[in-house]
Amino acid sequence: MNIIDAALIATLIGASTPILLAAIGELVVEKSGVLNLGVEGMMIVGAIAGFIACVTTGSPALGFVMGAVGGAALSVIFAVLTQYFLSNQVATGLALTLFGLGISSLMGESYTGINPPITPKLFPEAMRDIPWAGPILFGHDLVVYLSVALVAAVAYTLARTRLGLIIRAVGESHDAAHALGYKVVRIRFLCILFGGACAGVGGAYLSLVRVPSWTEGMTAGAGWIALALVVFASWKPWRALLGAYLFGGIAALQLRLQAQEVAVPVALLDASPYLVTIIVLVIISSDRGRAALNAPAALGKVFHASS
Amino acid sequence: MKKLTTLLAAGLIAAGAAAQAQDDPFTVGFIYVGPIGDLGWSYEHDQGRLAVEEAYGDQVRTIYQENVPEGADAERAITNMILDGADMVFTTSFGYMEATNAVAAQFPDVLFEHATGYLRETPNVSTYSARFYEGRAVIGHIAGHMTESNIVGYIGSYPIPEVIRGINSAFIHARQVNPDVEFRVVWAYTWFDPAAEADAARALIAEGADVIMQHTDSTAPQTAAQEAGIISFGQASDMIQFAPTPRVASIVDNWAPYYVRRVGEAMEGTWESTDTWEGIGPGMVEIGEMTDAIPEEVRASATELMESIASGEYHPFTGPLNRQDGSAWLAEGEVADDGTLAGMDFYVEGLTGDIPN
Repeated sequence: MNIIDAALIATLIGASTPILLAAIGELVVEKSGVLNLGVEGMMIVGAIAGFIACVTTGSPALGFVMGAVGGAALSVIFAVLTQYFLSNQVATGLALTLFGLGISSLMGESYTGINPPITPKLFPEAMRDIPWAGPILFGHDLVVYLSVALVAAVAYTLARTRLGLIIRAVGESHDAAHALGYKVVRIRFLCILFGGACAGVGGAYLSLVRVPSWTEGMTAGAGWIALALVVFASWKPWRALLGAYLFGGIAALQLRLQAQEVAVPVALLDASPYLVTIIVLVIISSDRGRAALNAPAALGKVFHASS
Repeated sequence: MKKLTTLLAAGLIAAGAAAQAQDDPFTVGFIYVGPIGDLGWSYEHDQGRLAVEEAYGDQVRTIYQENVPEGADAERAITNMILDGADMVFTTSFGYMEATNAVAAQFPDVLFEHATGYLRETPNVSTYSARFYEGRAVIGHIAGHMTESNIVGYIGSYPIPEVIRGINSAFIHARQVNPDVEFRVVWAYTWFDPAAEADAARALIAEGADVIMQHTDSTAPQTAAQEAGIISFGQASDMIQFAPTPRVASIVDNWAPYYVRRVGEAMEGTWESTDTWEGIGPGMVEIGEMTDAIPEEVRASATELMESIASGEYHPFTGPLNRQDGSAWLAEGEVADDGTLAGMDFYVEGLTGDIPN
């Protein structure tokens, strides 16, 4: 009757991976000054694209690649509309979610009730059986490790590299970045593609590992949690990791407590990611100091070179 | 120029209205809580919609909307459907109850059919439901026989009477054949979220459950059961893709006959506000094929139980039964009345968890 043990931590890491991937992609998009509310749509297209590829070829690796391609392909629509046709980002993002949900159910019509090939664990059985460290550190598939590596890479790139500086400059003040000669539209376009690919892999992780099968509408709000997570993390990559594991941890823990018949306020815990995000938003908006500085200043603003 | 386009547009609208007035099929709208591809709850309601189309051909037009959230937002979806021309609307989840009645009060000429609820505030609202608990009795009976760990895991959606009734019924009939069986209930607080449902199933399996029952709409718990090599039951729809194991039997909701009948009455003008609650007997609840994974004698006894419920000879809630706290509920031979069942908010004796409030 252990409440917290290695299995729980291993579960929460797996459970958090889809939202972590989607959130880290969206974080980069927002850092470049673009608000893409289409995460849910890109995730679900990634979920079905990856699922189809994996089932047809039998290769989970190819499934994840196609998940990324699917998510990125959908984000191209958003990128073209918002960057070249200067459409409203909020409205376009919402439309992208609706479109993604629709097109994925069309694509997936003949793929319900099929089990995909199993995604292998990375480390051999012997290592996974080490107490505590085994399941937590060595008990996952490649994508989990890649997701953590991706957080590290994004954190490093944004904070320490010239590329990161350019992305942040574009997100803080596109006019200044433009005046310095940076191609604002092109940089944002690529960031949006990156965000789409990450969301797509997150979606593929749902359909290939977590559930694993294809069901229409299976993301069931994960994309919105990822969006909340970016705000929760106040646009800091490592905090996104922490937040994802915290949100995933609460979900995994409350299920386990319930299964052990410990009375927990389930409805409240279920809403906790949103509640915590609202609290963070309140803190951000009340404190004009450090926390607020993190929000990209040009977030959601339309850029046109002539203006 | 602008004037011309306005004129043209007006002309087009008028032409459209005229065209509509000419054939004017009876329009029936359906509000679904999940996607029709969930292979569970919403899928079966959509099968009912298709049966209506088939039965009345050109006389009807059906429209539907998927993934409509329960609660206040449903009002907007239902209203939109009426503005879209719906003469009759089926709202197919418990959580649409207030919204359905609120919209019904505003549109007295439109007929409403609300599934699994009990509020009929205006004469244009009917409620209907199936006696799922009869099906639960049969699969509870099978589960009691089949479990080896004596732990049955149950994924609940929301702690509402319909779900609590199902847990009680399944438990009573599992205990009847296996005095050592225990139920572990996890509330998912969603009707449809495959990842959360799969996680709930895995948490139950980790606690030793070797039979999984679900009262949620997706097939994710079936996949989790398959992974773990244990058994499960199809819910709301047959989920036959998972047979012979993990899915060893299923509860199928068959809404089609009811939908066809009610739409027919609405078109003839004989429709009246009613409360319908039908079970295995009239065929609104069906038990899907029991697979070979179930021992033959258990299949036989389960079929016998099913037939005695269908004929009305046996009621799944027959005394002696006590409430969870040990207080008497039904005396020997006494049968639960529909009112108590409809508002059931307590566990029967022997269940160990608490119902969250």
